[in-house]
Amino acid sequence: MPNNQLDPNKWITRYADYLFNYTIVRVKDRETAEDLVQETFFAGLKSMANFKGEASERTWLISILKRKIIDYYRKINSKKGQAEVRINYNSDTESEGDWLEERVADGYDKNAEDQIQNEELGLAIEDCIDKLPEKQAKIFKMKTILGYDTETICNELNITASNLWVIIHRARTALSGCLEQNWY
Amino acid sequence: MNTKYKFFISCEEAKHICDKTQYGEASFWEKVKLNVRLSWCRFTRAYSSDNNKLTKLLKKSNIDAIEQDKKDEMHRKLQEEMSKY
Repeated sequence: MPNNQLDPNKWITRYADYLFNYTIVRVKDRETAEDLVQETFFAGLKSMANFKGEASERTWLISILKRKIIDYYRKINSKKGQAEVRINYNSDTESEGDWLEERVADGYDKNAEDQIQNEELGLAIEDCIDKLPEKQAKIFKMKTILGYDTETICNELNITASNLWVIIHRARTALSGCLEQNWY
Repeated sequence: MNTKYKFFISCEEAKHICDKTQYGEASFWEKVKLNVRLSWCRFTRAYSSDNNKLTKLLKKSNIDAIEQDKKDEMHRKLQEEMSKY
């Protein structure tokens, strides 16, 4: 039954960070990720008529984003195809030693499984942040994720430091509870 | 002020210091007071443990966000685009 509706005015506040986190682990470059998110919103706007309301707004946007990411890789791959392909044992001529030891994978490096789990964790946290009141979510993100100074946030949003700490406290308590249910 | 009152803090204040500790903004004296409280108050201990867990998870997830200015700009562009439809 179609019951979900689109509201592009709220897309940025509600979904920009979620889509961004989904993208950043796949393209590894901030600027590209931001561009892809913006393009996704534009594409969403264009195809609003196709939205049937069966999926949630976010699921629908993610499905558009997935196609954008695939397109992005297609584009860079076709560029690569035109370049000359060279395979060297070691492209870095300055390295000492000349045996394969240098090429052995670092055992302490993050493995794929860890990365997948961390990505899921990131999206689960983002889900929980989504459930916070808008102002709390904004302040929590500025303080915790973007690492802004207390003073900067207070000046920008015109609140007092004790105000900020109360909001942070509420946000952290709510998040702990939410993750307790959805993650542990 | 009596030394006793300087040393013993309320649960609310302990939680506040605990929040500040997560961002590395608690002073040495505040940390001492928090630790005294942690030694005997199980509510503060529970809160502190949840709070530390949250900080660890946030760090582990590598969660990221778009800068606020950039978001405002994205919003403006989207609004521009919307006016075309």
